[in-house]
Amino acid sequence: MTLESSPDHVDVLSLLEPLDAGLEPALASLRARLARDAQLTHTLDVAYRVVDSPVGKLLLAATDRGIVRVAFEVENHAEVLQRLSQTISPRILEAPARLDDAARQLEEYFGGTRTEFDLIVDFRLTRGFRLSVLQHLPRIAYGRTESYAEVALAAGSPHAVRAVGTACATNPLPVILPCHRVVKSDGSFGGYLGGPEAKLALLTLEAAA
Amino acid sequence: MGKRQAVSKKPFELVVDEQGATVLRVCRAVLGVHDADDAWSDTFLAALQAYPDLPQEANVQAWLVTIAHRKCIDHLRAGSRRALPMDSPPEHASNLGLPGEDHTELLDAVTHLPPKQRQAVAYHYLAGLPYKDIAVMLGGTPEAARRAGADGVKALRSALAGPSALVDGPELAHSLPKGEIR
Repeated sequence: MTLESSPDHVDVLSLLEPLDAGLEPALASLRARLARDAQLTHTLDVAYRVVDSPVGKLLLAATDRGIVRVAFEVENHAEVLQRLSQTISPRILEAPARLDDAARQLEEYFGGTRTEFDLIVDFRLTRGFRLSVLQHLPRIAYGRTESYAEVALAAGSPHAVRAVGTACATNPLPVILPCHRVVKSDGSFGGYLGGPEAKLALLTLEAAA
Repeated sequence: MGKRQAVSKKPFELVVDEQGATVLRVCRAVLGVHDADDAWSDTFLAALQAYPDLPQEANVQAWLVTIAHRKCIDHLRAGSRRALPMDSPPEHASNLGLPGEDHTELLDAVTHLPPKQRQAVAYHYLAGLPYKDIAVMLGGTPEAARRAGADGVKALRSALAGPSALVDGPELAHSLPKGEIR
């Protein structure tokens, strides 16, 4: 449309306007159908959806192997999707069905009725020592905390305290892999990729239950 | 938009955001409102499949319109095999799915155009493709594509202007009491 904007072109476009009748609702249902078809034909490498939560909108993304990414709003969902396009595949669609289970479990968690997640996790966005740290996180019980030093010890490298901090700060699956349960040894919270208020909110939620 | 950003391909969801409406308009112009939905679905599913291999510098819209062109041809052929000729739809057929809208004239006029004219009008005016690219898709010279586009527009204009001029006479005659005409 940008190639030509002669009076003739504009004129013809207005002539063709009736083609736009009901375009938006048609597109909405076609996009839902595309998401379903892509899932059925195994053409969809990353499915995502956005859910509301007490700590803001969460982006949930899953490959065919499992949930691969949870992102806070402050991480910028558009940028997160762009990075997934680069690191996993650009075959990315908003396709809520693949994340029904994760969305339901998160809702239960935030409602205080779920204390651990039962989801298949795709760990492909992490490796090495960070992976060992992330795999240890679910063993910190609901409502409890561990210090960075304790986690370093548990992950097999007692001196790698700073590296534990990095692993938590780059956790691709916050909330589900509970890096919010890792705090400083002096009892203060330490940082959190969803912001300090989000960490406080999650720890408060778990302490109340 | 610059070369630097082009290094990483955008998520396909954004391609659907940006191009979905244009491709649906093109499919509607070529096939009519009904079959357009299926052609759109076929187009985007095929595009999703091929997307990782699309060269970084490719024109995404032209690529999608080319896929849509092939999918629409499949539907045109399937349509003629089912012996449901596009060129003589039952009256008001093109109004289905558009409740309360009174756009039948244009949509009827479009479905009455020869396929090449419909395609040339859709690809040039709705998708903004230059006639030299359209010629490659349709087979033939750019000049022939340009002529098909111009003829299509001319036919649409006269179809839209025509009926009201024609309809006036007979309708008046019908509305008059029989006896008074003679």
